Amino acid sequence: MKSSVITFPGSNCDRDMDVALNKFGFKNKMVWHDDNELPKSDLVVLPGGFSYGDYLRCGSMASKSKIMHSVINFAKSGGLVMGICNGFQILVETGLVPGVLLRNKYLEFICKNVFIKLANKENTYFKNLDKDVLEFHIAHNEGNYFCSIDQLKEIEDNNQIAIHYCDDKGQTEEQFNPNGSIRNIAGIFNKEKNVLGMMPHPERMVDQSLSGEDGSIFFKNLINNMK
Amino acid sequence: MLVNEKVAIEHGLKTDEYKKICELLKRVPNLTELGIFSAMWNEHCSYKSSRLHLKKLPTKGKKVIQGPGENAGVIDIEDGDAIVFKIESHNHPSFIEPYQGAATGVGGIMRDVFTMGARPIANLNSIHFGSTQHKKTKNLLRGVVHGIGGYGNCMGVPTIAGQTSFDRSYNGNILVNAMTLGLVKKNRIFYSKAAGLNKPVIYVGSKTGRDGIHGASMASASFDEKIEEKKPTVQVGDPFTEKLLLEACLELMAGDSIIAIQDMGAAGLTSSSIEMASKGNLGIEINLNKVPCRETKMTPYEIMLSESQERMLIVLENGKEDSAKKIFDKWNLDFSIIGKTTDSKNIELFFDNKQVANIPVNTLVENSPMYDRKWKKAKAPKKNKFKKEVYNELKVQDVLRKILSNPNICSKEWIWQQYDHTVMGDTIQKPGGDSGVVRVHGTNKAVAASVDSSAVYCWAHPLTGGKQIVAESWRNLISVGATPIAITNCLNFGSPENEDNMGEFVECVQGIGEASSYLDFPVVSGNVSFYNQTKEVGIKPTPSIGGVGLIKDYKKMMTMDFKEIDNLVLVIGKTEGHIDQSIFARTILDEKNGPPPEVNLFNEKNNGKSLLDLIEKGLVKSAHDISLGGLIVALSKMCIKGNKGIELNKPKNMINEIEYLFAEDQGRYIIEINPKNLKEVKKILTDNSIYHQELGVIIDKEMIINKKTKVTIDELKSYNTNWLTEYMSY
Repeated sequence: MKSSVITFPGSNCDRDMDVALNKFGFKNKMVWHDDNELPKSDLVVLPGGFSYGDYLRCGSMASKSKIMHSVINFAKSGGLVMGICNGFQILVETGLVPGVLLRNKYLEFICKNVFIKLANKENTYFKNLDKDVLEFHIAHNEGNYFCSIDQLKEIEDNNQIAIHYCDDKGQTEEQFNPNGSIRNIAGIFNKEKNVLGMMPHPERMVDQSLSGEDGSIFFKNLINNMK
Repeated sequence: MLVNEKVAIEHGLKTDEYKKICELLKRVPNLTELGIFSAMWNEHCSYKSSRLHLKKLPTKGKKVIQGPGENAGVIDIEDGDAIVFKIESHNHPSFIEPYQGAATGVGGIMRDVFTMGARPIANLNSIHFGSTQHKKTKNLLRGVVHGIGGYGNCMGVPTIAGQTSFDRSYNGNILVNAMTLGLVKKNRIFYSKAAGLNKPVIYVGSKTGRDGIHGASMASASFDEKIEEKKPTVQVGDPFTEKLLLEACLELMAGDSIIAIQDMGAAGLTSSSIEMASKGNLGIEINLNKVPCRETKMTPYEIMLSESQERMLIVLENGKEDSAKKIFDKWNLDFSIIGKTTDSKNIELFFDNKQVANIPVNTLVENSPMYDRKWKKAKAPKKNKFKKEVYNELKVQDVLRKILSNPNICSKEWIWQQYDHTVMGDTIQKPGGDSGVVRVHGTNKAVAASVDSSAVYCWAHPLTGGKQIVAESWRNLISVGATPIAITNCLNFGSPENEDNMGEFVECVQGIGEASSYLDFPVVSGNVSFYNQTKEVGIKPTPSIGGVGLIKDYKKMMTMDFKEIDNLVLVIGKTEGHIDQSIFARTILDEKNGPPPEVNLFNEKNNGKSLLDLIEKGLVKSAHDISLGGLIVALSKMCIKGNKGIELNKPKNMINEIEYLFAEDQGRYIIEINPKNLKEVKKILTDNSIYHQELGVIIDKEMIINKKTKVTIDELKSYNTNWLTEYMSY
């Protein structure tokens, strides 16, 4: 399986994603934001970081990068595109997934482990996973997912919610919501479920010695589903 | 403007210093030249009050590749790898403008590290605020934490450890010390020594603006009521540009075009160009019209003294200009050839085709003033005699609750949760442990780092305090299973012109020197911050020590959380019952006088090395050093982290229960071992003549002390974890 990780100016989880993808069997290429064409890929990842410093609006500048034309075409033709953290913010800015990401409710950057509940397993990302609750890691300042009531209804009707914040037992009460996201939403699909944007970082959970191994479960399952 | 003595004094120079400048130049300097002298001769850049004493610190060792004098220190961690690290203060700007002050402190120290070719892999910080009751404290704390996070998070470098304290003496002068570790191949280290004639001098990075003009001079003076006027001297940080600068520099460094490189930190273009020329024994010629400026009509004076951030100066090999420029173009950064190296041994500045400054480099560096300031030796404080009846009236649980929720002991999670501590995917010990630990990417090695200070001990007896912080740093590294290698120090003091403050400095440095020499734990880099004082009142002497150690096999790293029920808990090192200057004495008994605990360097070394040996042999399940708050605080933290309890029985010896639990005697560790290894562990400790005692057994979720006091782990947690969050929620 071939994957591509896009490096924007200010990306800083691009290497971590490269390490994780290679560890679980992807042949990964790093792609520069100013390139015209994506290399042949089965999966494209927009990594975390602070593209363009997040100075204008998180993800806004990066969503207009040269390479994004190619990424958008790839997504529209059904290719798998995953945006993590800043990558999710970029996806939102391209319109590939609905909604916006506001500043965290308590106006502070949060770095910690969180539990997430899978809301939809009918897709390449989460199909065949034994677990319904995974422990991932978040590190962001603008992860407060928001959309209009109408949009929310549409998202729910189309089963576009990918993951919710929850506790270790999968309860999705407000108290387990770290950033104020509407409906505890931690990740969203496009209608076709080939594009996934999520705030948590699976790539930081790929080693017993790091925060945990649920990221390993995710990546192993993903590559198997893609075969 | 005509230069005279009055103008010189306005620049922070003393009358005799101004006279010396005129003598050295054999003429009156023009304004630009005066500005340059004032920037190079201020305390911050010249170390004029501290140089004499810093020379006495041990700076050499088998593992030391580069000691003080470069942008940062460098140590060998084997297999061709090296760690570049340094700690630096950004105290004055952080008080004036906490967000930008702290942010640019972090940015500055990271630049010092990547200037040497190393990719930053970990950040740490030591931050100190006034009383929690003081009206400015909350805002300063919030601003500083946001600033540190804002810069470090954006750079994608994990902040893995730190230290925070509150004390009235910082009411008017907070401390913000930032430390960075970087990883580099031993044969790819870059230095700041220029070499060769007519080599192009290149300016890269952000444009120069009017921010931070005279920042270093501001940091070399005390505060008074006009402090608000100093806001324009605080630099403004742009972490995004620094991230680009980091990547661009590392890309350029992969080739062989750089002769010397130096970041523009304190005193900006002035100090960077002069340091490179001085180290290379060369002259340097700069056309200031070529310096990329952010604002219009900047004068030579402003350009030379701006402390705009995210800028570097590079001396390149001839003919490499185009290939180097391509890299900076790719990263959208300014790249300008602004001058060349010369054999004049002068710094010559041109602007609008006119020479605007011409100063012999050596007058700015070697001939800078050095003072042997007067200092007073501190008296040894008298020990207090505490009455046993006072102890008898106290309930252990009440005392424990108060101490665990004391601002200086409580969990700092509210702070470190705002720092990205896991980016780069190698953080294997997060903040909240004895040291932060990151793996050396792609290897089995890991590097541990800790930052420590004990202002109260240093204030009570500077010599002992100085030794104690080095010992504590050493213990914090050992507790995670790391072999201590070297330290960096950030020496925060009041005015050197005050004999008491100067005495604190001299004796703390002596203590640091003695301990680091005995423990073979040399000082490889550092920074001095004087004038942390408002009017006549200085801070408590607060040297911070950043220690770095190596874990050869990261799988053997140790943590402090209790692991398994029925395991045994031992204490290594003797508890004498030293209560003076402990958190207990200061907060429960309200007794602020008395000597700090003694530091026995022989025991420190022996106990530490033996514990490392036990860890290496796989005999230890968890370990934690005993520091602030004493034995029971250390045990509480191990219980909280492991979510397990302990049945603790004070060994039968003379001292009182309260003294046993809350004394802050040095050189002690708590370890957890499997009962089947007890004999072997005891044999090793006995063979090494190490005092140790069995404390008790790990049980489920309750702490039972001498059969009388019972506290659940949930209660311990609530004592310890809630205070700061509640304090910071409006």
